[in-house]
Amino acid sequence: MRAAQLRRLVWPLLVLAGLLVANLVATPGFFEVRIQGGRLYGSLIDILHFGAPLLLISLGMTLVIALRGIDLSVGAVVAVSGALACTIIASSADPGSVQTAAIAVAVALGASALLGLWNGFLVAVLQIQPIVATLILMVAGRGVAQLITGGQITTVNSEPYRQIAAGSLATVPVTVLLAAATVLLMWLLVRRTALGLLIEAIGGNAEAGRLAGIRATGLTVAAYTFCGLCAGLAGIIISANTGSADGNNAGLWIELDAILAVVIGGTLLTGGRFSIVGTVLGALIVQTLSTTVYTMGVPPESAQVFKALVVFLVCLLQSPRFRAQLVAPFRRGKTSHEPPAPSEPPPQDEESDVSPTGTSAGAPDRREVQR
Amino acid sequence: MTLPSAPPALSAAASRTRKLLEGQRRFIPVTMAGLVLVLVFAAGSLRYTGFLEPQVALNLLVNNSFLIVLAVGVTFVILAGGIDLSTGSVLALSTMICAWLLREGWPPLLVIPAALAAGAVIGLAQGCIIHFYGVQPFIATLGGMFFARGLCYLISTESIPITDPLFTALAQARIPLPGGTSLTLGALLALVVAGVAAYVLHRTRFGRSVYAVGGSESSAMLMGLAVGRVKVGVYTISGFCAALGGVLYTFYIASGNSLHGLGMELDAIAAVVIGGTLLTGGFGYVMGSVIGVLTLGTIQTILVFEGTLSSWWTKIVAGALLFAFILLQRALAPRAAK
Repeated sequence: MRAAQLRRLVWPLLVLAGLLVANLVATPGFFEVRIQGGRLYGSLIDILHFGAPLLLISLGMTLVIALRGIDLSVGAVVAVSGALACTIIASSADPGSVQTAAIAVAVALGASALLGLWNGFLVAVLQIQPIVATLILMVAGRGVAQLITGGQITTVNSEPYRQIAAGSLATVPVTVLLAAATVLLMWLLVRRTALGLLIEAIGGNAEAGRLAGIRATGLTVAAYTFCGLCAGLAGIIISANTGSADGNNAGLWIELDAILAVVIGGTLLTGGRFSIVGTVLGALIVQTLSTTVYTMGVPPESAQVFKALVVFLVCLLQSPRFRAQLVAPFRRGKTSHEPPAPSEPPPQDEESDVSPTGTSAGAPDRREVQR
Repeated sequence: MTLPSAPPALSAAASRTRKLLEGQRRFIPVTMAGLVLVLVFAAGSLRYTGFLEPQVALNLLVNNSFLIVLAVGVTFVILAGGIDLSTGSVLALSTMICAWLLREGWPPLLVIPAALAAGAVIGLAQGCIIHFYGVQPFIATLGGMFFARGLCYLISTESIPITDPLFTALAQARIPLPGGTSLTLGALLALVVAGVAAYVLHRTRFGRSVYAVGGSESSAMLMGLAVGRVKVGVYTISGFCAALGGVLYTFYIASGNSLHGLGMELDAIAAVVIGGTLLTGGFGYVMGSVIGVLTLGTIQTILVFEGTLSSWWTKIVAGALLFAFILLQRALAPRAAK
């Protein structure tokens, strides 16, 4: 199982490596990292820095998707969170103080968690299909964000708030630290306890999970709340980065990028097994793709076509049938003289022992059934 | 619940009544959707003078003709248990292709088929990727969404106006109706598309297979239905409808622009859901989708009449309405909704 997990990570890893190498070829200084004003700079750092919000959201999304759900509302939550934080700071008596920024961040995170809770309530308690349940907030959330900002782009001038995006700790950007801390926290929470196992059990087969005595309702609500919280944090980072809140465009389509990142990372939309490392890789791939578009001078017009092609490529590479077709011409040439032997014989030993008629001659007939 | 002592005729009648009610049960979501449309419209009429005009109602069709066509296409996909996120982008691509080819001097009677074919081909390709390679519809059509939108930008990053006389004539053509009202060609076409779709879904082998595949793909496969043909077919239909929606949109807005139809795929999906179709597939009607679009359109009209209400209320109200409908569906069809 360990090996199977690794094998699923190979494709995203190869794609990421390919993208990085392509960048290196196009711009030789791509891997350069320098310290300037006590903070690391460079293309690689940029990928991590600007990819932090996407990574955060993808992490939350991973849990939701592992539970056979989906959260379309994260983009709207990003907008609401940023709008709340900026409005609080802008309307306070002392916008520049640390206290104001802390209150703003706390309120924004609290509201995001509440929105996530609402999604979880709809999905787990009211048993609404996740895609519809979160569609509600996706549609309404942006309206709420605009309601908060009064339909305007609220700009704030708060040094402590700005530091969330621009600051650095021991030369590492705060955004990267936040993302890394979340990854670590989630890994500890999910992989060092039974939580991950329970989530995979419910996601793999809700009924079986229930019969095994797992409380799916609480876990599902928690997963959506976590996803909302992650989106809220991402919203704060995004709005701190620009020093403004835009109810209309903040985090626009980020839900799609996040779902993409999760899927590229090898977590299936059908639920069940998930991979945190895979999601991190997926988010980095999506972000690297955006960076590549700029650094390689791909005209912005064709950026989306480029992105689409990579999406299709990764998805197709993950499809067993496509891989089989890809290698078929080469394999056929090699094995044309031999009898048509199954490509992976080891796991079939047991089965031929069980059935008395199943002689070894019958083995080639048994083909692996892929679903 | 019939007593064993009841005469057989009575019990037969009771069971027949029950069966009839059971049969009607599946129409409840659509009926409710229609009722809400009427209620919303009535609320608008009570509040504003000049709302309860036949032309206001007809303008709902006129202003949302493209969305109706889009929603009808998406209905096919959703009924078959899939989802199509690419429709908004395909609509934009279709407007771009129309505007671009017209600028290049193509005859308009060739331009429209070209745009429609492009949409159908994109749909077909998505369907093939979904069916043959087992890529999840959500992701495959997400890729299609990026791809189509990207192609728009490749054609031109700027808006291309459409000045072709035939397009203008088609856009301005009005079909007079009794009472001094009129419909545009686009609105009529949207109704025709909805009618054809309803016929295909209920009266053809393909249509029934769509419902069967949406209900349970493995059962449909075991029944010997052409699951592959259905799955590829619905995405092709959706792509075609999106492209047709794009052509109607060019009538409506007289330009091709890469930014047309941003987020419209979600409007279409929301309309389908409001119309009582289950996103899990296998249950719903084209009529519901049309009603869903008209309901969204009515809300927008009310906001226009209100004047002071800001645009974000549209989104909030649409979200609230979505919520109400989903609750309604849950209450009415607890078994089907799973």
